[in-house]
Amino acid sequence: MKRSIKTPVGFSVIAALSLWLAVSAPEGTTLFSFNAGKELLAVPDLYIPVAGASWLIFALLLAATAGSWLLALKRKKTPLWLTALFAFAFVQQVLVLLFVGEMFPVTTTLQGSLALAVPLIFGSLAGVLSERVGVVNIAIEGQLLAGAFASAMVTSITHSLTLGLLAAAIAGSLIAGVLAVFSIKYVVDQIIVGVVVNVLVIGLTSFLYSTVMTRDLVALNQPERFAQIDLPFLSQIPIIGPLLFSQTLIVYLMYVAVAAVYIALFKTRWGLRVRAVGEYPKAADTVGIKVYRTRYMSVMLGGALAGIGGAFFTLGAVGSFSKEMTAGAGYIALAALIFGRWNPILATLAALMFGFAQNLQSVLSIIGSDVPSQFLLMLPYALTVVAVAGLVGKVTGPAATGKPYIKS
Amino acid sequence: MNKVVKQIFNPSSLVTVLAVLASFLIGGLLIAFANENVQATAGYLFARPADFLYAVWNAIFGAYDALFRGSIFNYKALDTVGMIKPLTETLTYATPITLAGLGMAVAFRSGLFNIGGTGQIIFGAMGAAWVGFSLDLPAIIHLPVAVLAGILASAFFGGFVGFLKAATGANEVIVTIMMNYIAGLLLFWILTTPLFQAPNATNPISPEIAQSAKYWRFMGDEYRINAAFFVMLAMVATVWWLLNRSSIGFQFRALGHNPNAAKVAGINIGLTYVLVMAVSGALAGLAGTAQVLGAEKYLTPSVAASFGFDAITVALLGRSKPLGVLAAGVLFGALRAGAVIMQANQKVPIDIVLIVQSLVVLFIAAPPLVRFMFRIPDVAKRQAQKNQVAA
Repeated sequence: MKRSIKTPVGFSVIAALSLWLAVSAPEGTTLFSFNAGKELLAVPDLYIPVAGASWLIFALLLAATAGSWLLALKRKKTPLWLTALFAFAFVQQVLVLLFVGEMFPVTTTLQGSLALAVPLIFGSLAGVLSERVGVVNIAIEGQLLAGAFASAMVTSITHSLTLGLLAAAIAGSLIAGVLAVFSIKYVVDQIIVGVVVNVLVIGLTSFLYSTVMTRDLVALNQPERFAQIDLPFLSQIPIIGPLLFSQTLIVYLMYVAVAAVYIALFKTRWGLRVRAVGEYPKAADTVGIKVYRTRYMSVMLGGALAGIGGAFFTLGAVGSFSKEMTAGAGYIALAALIFGRWNPILATLAALMFGFAQNLQSVLSIIGSDVPSQFLLMLPYALTVVAVAGLVGKVTGPAATGKPYIKS
Repeated sequence: MNKVVKQIFNPSSLVTVLAVLASFLIGGLLIAFANENVQATAGYLFARPADFLYAVWNAIFGAYDALFRGSIFNYKALDTVGMIKPLTETLTYATPITLAGLGMAVAFRSGLFNIGGTGQIIFGAMGAAWVGFSLDLPAIIHLPVAVLAGILASAFFGGFVGFLKAATGANEVIVTIMMNYIAGLLLFWILTTPLFQAPNATNPISPEIAQSAKYWRFMGDEYRINAAFFVMLAMVATVWWLLNRSSIGFQFRALGHNPNAAKVAGINIGLTYVLVMAVSGALAGLAGTAQVLGAEKYLTPSVAASFGFDAITVALLGRSKPLGVLAAGVLFGALRAGAVIMQANQKVPIDIVLIVQSLVVLFIAAPPLVRFMFRIPDVAKRQAQKNQVAA
């Protein structure tokens, strides 16, 4: 194997940054609070001395960097868990420094992060299903937005959350269907279709919003919202209870969807076919797999998931539809998908990380930190550029993604 | 003359014309669908169908009449300025759209997908604006220096994507999409720093561009049209020359046709990636300078508007040929200009432009769909079948 020193070099740069942070660390302590008010047993708050913690973390990072160099010299790759731990430790150092003299509400920040990540996760699952079968899905944004619009409208009219969710799924899969028809039947470049479909959906939803919806906002844009469901016992576990098990139905659906997509793709015959079509459609066709049908199904199934993710904006979070309310979430979902290397579970973790970055920005602005919020918002996009440039291991999608298959 | 007629009725031009027509038709139906009178008369459609049809006609005609008056000639205006202002507005919008569209076209012809128009426009605008409001230069060189700064900023920003592709194989589509957001957030942030924010301003806006750095408004101050329009025309010619007559353009196109063959022929692929993206970015950056030094007087977070997307559609509609891009740019410029009046007079939201625009591109990209809608036989395919039978 070729010797690659990208990872150790990256580690070294971060370690140097960590050293600088440790040297310049101010005196004082940071308070990490873990309570959200529902737990049976309260977790004691943590007072962390900033300078001490900084140096400790720097020492850990230094050790990891040395390990990474050793591995590289032996022509071995740095394992993913080490990279993940490395990043986690560095983030802790930054957090301790950012919140010096203040309280960092760990549990509530994580709660907010999960809320922001839900549509991203649904969106990236849609991307996984679509790209694994060989169709580039730039149109996640459009599917989310269509889901948000349809669910707000249908729930407002019917007062049924179930119907709203169903409408969102249908709307999302219709948009995915447009993507599929143009890229499979008419062999149009999938990137072009994706970009154009997004704008078409922005145009359509904004147009209908300002003409039809605004005429009667009460009847057409005041959907009920999903209530929070506390799962018995589970919701009372410290930290993870309020975080994971005191959520709305859409979030529970999200857990199921992540597991289902993972199992369907990697443990079932259908998933094997999907991946075969995405990697080498000709071979799949030769053994009798219906390439076109598999592509349509997988892309539209993904669209349905993205639609449900879109419903989270209206039925889960905000409680009404507004113009372009997804605000680029679809592109962050795309970023999560690439960062997660087309794997549903890794993509979910990436989406959670991006949700955390977004939420941290609002927590920081509450305590009046002078870190410009734009830089934290930039993080998902910047990390994705780093990822596709191959600085965190090799990132390659399914081989046939983006290539139309023409049956001969 | 015969040649012109032939060109118009040539199958691919016919598809283009019909695609535009179909999109406007669908847009019209949407306008009618959302119209209050139409909805009211639809309630008693079977009792008085004529009312309904009249309302539909009124809604569609009213909207497209406003579109025409807002973009070409306002026959209802009271003075000359009001009458011819629409056309100058169309050309003002067409300027950045065409410039950025040329940038996208250069990339498409070279086999690269530049989705980063928005980010490159922002960088061009940032570079030009900073020179425009902070430096104090004599009038003759202030404008050129500002424009040059914009070109350099956006060429570096675009070229960086080409460099990443050449050095690491990073997919330019993903990188440019992400760079758009990075540029947008950077612009928002930089407009809150003392370096760019106007003194005493509370919202993110730059100081006014110095008079010496503004493009000349050659029809007077009541019109927004300015000398950037001529820069755009010059660029149409330049890009035509670059792509069709220069050796570097030959390398670009060779890369677009077949990268492997280009490599074998001795073209430095990596360097060409960087060059293509730098040229493409520079043209988009020029669009940014046209906005900030010409049509507007300040740098604001919305400087790129939807020009990044417009540029992609214009390049596709113009089939990545400079003159085609110009024609498509004027068409979409007219849509933008007209939609403002359409929204004000007829309460048709400006978003209809996005719908029509994206439909045009979808239809253009799928000629079989257009042929199916208008029941046009596929001449090429029929010929091929005939040949097959003959053989």
